[in-house]
Amino acid sequence: MTEMSYVDGNMLDGPMRELFTVDLSSAMGRCENCGMTGSMASLHVYSHAPGLVARCPSCEEVMVRLVRGPDRAWLDMRGTTYLQVPMPMEQPFPGPL
Amino acid sequence: MGIVSPGFQGRPRTQEPALPPGQYLTEDFPVLSAGPTPRVSLDTWEFVISAENGSEHRWSWQELMALPQETPTVDIHCVTRWSKLGTSWQGVSLDTLLADVDTGAHFALAHSYGGYTTNLPLDDLRGGQAWVVHTFDGAPLPAEHGGPARLLVPHLYFWKSAKWVRGLRLKTMDEPGFWETAGYHDYGDPWREQRYQGD
Repeated sequence: MTEMSYVDGNMLDGPMRELFTVDLSSAMGRCENCGMTGSMASLHVYSHAPGLVARCPSCEEVMVRLVRGPDRAWLDMRGTTYLQVPMPMEQPFPGPL
Repeated sequence: MGIVSPGFQGRPRTQEPALPPGQYLTEDFPVLSAGPTPRVSLDTWEFVISAENGSEHRWSWQELMALPQETPTVDIHCVTRWSKLGTSWQGVSLDTLLADVDTGAHFALAHSYGGYTTNLPLDDLRGGQAWVVHTFDGAPLPAEHGGPARLLVPHLYFWKSAKWVRGLRLKTMDEPGFWETAGYHDYGDPWREQRYQGD
């Protein structure tokens, strides 16, 4: 009997890049269901489906759903409390010359 | 006026299967899944119809198997564009399961072991159009295809035929399910190619 397999969250990077410029592979996310915070690359992504379904590796609840139609995309992140994205260091406030 | 009877010596017309627009024919049975495959013991399996007034009708596995069984042979159409013709199932008609349910609801939200949901108009579950099936091609329905039992609503895209079905919640208002809240069509008629919201 075939068990449905998943791939890791790195596969979300390409599809998400169509929507955002954020590098998801280096982002952290918090699961709305169990509160676990971890790398988005660690999510379990089920791709043999009408869309991409990314689940928390701890509780298996859905954190991200991404559906790509021919001319539209839908992103549902209600299962993700937040995304923590690395940003370039802010320039310190320029003092008086 | 021709004197030759057309078709007398002609080759029989190739019987092209009628497929909904945008679909291709497949002979195998692709497995699609949005999550881990639930493993449900027949000892604890149940199917529950909850009416909008809060009343519940429950069937154990033994009770389901004791109901009149039907053997639909139907074509199925997945929104990912494959269609499979002449699939053979065995199960219980939703007409049988809904017969004693007192409801004025117009919609149903099917829910499954594993958390999947999908919404359908209640009328589409009646009139010999829908079943809870437990047997495919003469054998118990494998878990990856939705066993022990799945919904079978072949006139709609196959995401409406919820795998691992556990029950129906009857509703006065349409409540979109798992894929319907992520861009897929609320109704999903393959012949009208209702794949996405707004199609």
